[in-house]
Amino acid sequence: MNALPMTAAASGQVGSPLVNISIFLLFVAVTLVVVIRASRNTKTAADYYAAGRSFTGPQNGTAIAGDYLSAASFLGIAGAIAVNGYDGFLYSIGFLVAWLVALLLVAEQLRNTGKFTMADVLSFRLRQGPVRVAAATTTLAVSFFYLLAQMAGAGGLVALLLNIQSQAGQSLVIAVVGALMIVYVLVGGMKGTTWVQIIKATLLIAGAGVMTVWVLALADFNLSTLLGDAVEAAGNPQLLEPMQQYGASNLTKLNFISLALALVLGTAGLPHVLMRFYTVPTAKEARRSVVWAISLIGLFYLFTLVLGFGAMAYVGQETILAAPGGVNSAAPLLAFELGGVLLLGVISAVAFATILAVVAGLTITAAASFAHDIYASVIKKGVGDPEAEVKIARRTVIVIGVVSILGGIAANGQNIAFLVALAFAIAASANLPTILYSLFWKRFNTRGALFSMWGGLISCIVLIALSPTVSGAETSMIPGADFDVFPLANPGIVSIPLAFLLGWVGTITSKPDENHDRKQAEMEVRSLTGAGAEKATVH
Amino acid sequence: MSTTHDPYREPAAAPAGQTTWEEVQSSGEFQAMRRSFRRFVFPMTVAFLVWYFLYVLLAAYATDFFATPVFGNVNVGILFGLGQFVSTAAITIAYVRWANRSMDAKAAEIGAKVRLTEEGHR
Repeated sequence: MNALPMTAAASGQVGSPLVNISIFLLFVAVTLVVVIRASRNTKTAADYYAAGRSFTGPQNGTAIAGDYLSAASFLGIAGAIAVNGYDGFLYSIGFLVAWLVALLLVAEQLRNTGKFTMADVLSFRLRQGPVRVAAATTTLAVSFFYLLAQMAGAGGLVALLLNIQSQAGQSLVIAVVGALMIVYVLVGGMKGTTWVQIIKATLLIAGAGVMTVWVLALADFNLSTLLGDAVEAAGNPQLLEPMQQYGASNLTKLNFISLALALVLGTAGLPHVLMRFYTVPTAKEARRSVVWAISLIGLFYLFTLVLGFGAMAYVGQETILAAPGGVNSAAPLLAFELGGVLLLGVISAVAFATILAVVAGLTITAAASFAHDIYASVIKKGVGDPEAEVKIARRTVIVIGVVSILGGIAANGQNIAFLVALAFAIAASANLPTILYSLFWKRFNTRGALFSMWGGLISCIVLIALSPTVSGAETSMIPGADFDVFPLANPGIVSIPLAFLLGWVGTITSKPDENHDRKQAEMEVRSLTGAGAEKATVH
Repeated sequence: MSTTHDPYREPAAAPAGQTTWEEVQSSGEFQAMRRSFRRFVFPMTVAFLVWYFLYVLLAAYATDFFATPVFGNVNVGILFGLGQFVSTAAITIAYVRWANRSMDAKAAEIGAKVRLTEEGHR
């Protein structure tokens, strides 16, 4: 599938590629300086993976917003609202409400119990080896799909902003983005990556905020007027009602409910979000981080609502769909419409920065999981040299960087929001049940965890492979083939309950682990009180 | 720091009798804290999930209701959607106020007891 309408090439030139690229290079230069400065104190594994646990709640909360507000949020949701109206809004609500799961059930307890990775918590009172391998595998799977989405987004954006139409040219840009990301992560570790996230989140929210006020000013600061202008321009008043996109049949509605389930339960199982909670010194700071993250993310999604309808009103659906990059170009086109070449340049640079920062955050998570969970804990049985572990993590960064560049080139043109929704579905199926069971269910044991994680991961991927997304429809990845026996594009409604069920079945059909009561007592007391939690490193 | 063992390695051999963690876990204080924590977060979680899925199901199956105009071009659906933002903010504020008031002091107190008991065991 190639979603980029290349026929629009002739009319595709928007703004000045020179301005766009200059502003982007300025961002890269500034952040590189910050990353290099931040890296001076990176010595131990706790420094490299968890930034020495030295960030404050507000700083980490801003970085979480930076990690979370990916290209799918900015370009994807604004575009979805501009093209599908109300249905695009449904995405942002799921993405936001999901944070309550993290706030109430996961963030603080995770901070209190773990060290570097999600697997630290999952394997705390279970058998280390098999649970860590499973958790590292699901971490890599979630990160991989999320990475593909971001890299694919980079390709579409480049087509619009730098007016690079050829596949080869876009591939080259994806490779440059990937190479830059490798540099950030190698040099800066978690501390550098966190600073990149903070800068990016600030720019993104400020940029979207300026555009929002601008759009509202055009509509006399009246939401009703804006909505009226939007549907009038689109010539379809039904765009203010739900189910324009998902309402075709009961099957498409079920697909929407499945998506809604994955969105709300996925966030608290995203490894790159969970890992952020280790960068703060205490559970209380973890709580403050989530509050900051919720505030910033909520604000941003309100902005995208205005931007989406603003693009519908003042850019027009036909122009958006005809532009290179299609749906994803709504926000940049709106910037051009409002503030001309300069605002487009700024917003494009911010969008690039978004992709770069999210990719860096995902990469360090995946690398940490491989080095810490598989290399240090399973291969070296926890007695290896921590310095060697960090060395392995750095090498893993390069491997993941190269894989994501190749994957991104292959996925160029795929739907960003779909790939991200897939990552959420895997996180909600493979990770969340085990996280919740191990924190809240005393009887839970190793077999339950393995059933749930492998069952959730495998069912999710198999259902995707058998869905119309992969085969059987004109828009499929393999339109020629026809093995779409599962009718829904979103697998969550089946795979999430299945993973919860498997965790329960696996547990009740096997005996408690060795030292079950002792370890459960330790985990529970630690998770609620913070006794014995990893402290901040002092330099 | 040797007050707590490293949980990331398998314990060499389990010591006889109850560990500090088990003692603390079975103490009335800890049980009360755990109970009050669960009493707050579990109903809250059920509440926001029910409210969220009510919204999702109404959006999917009660489109006419969501399309009802309220004022100008703003309809019930938009207000319900914004209502999810409001409820998320309200639950966040409620939880943080509750946790700051009811959890932190107790957590610190029990945490200090863990260290004392641990020393008593040596």
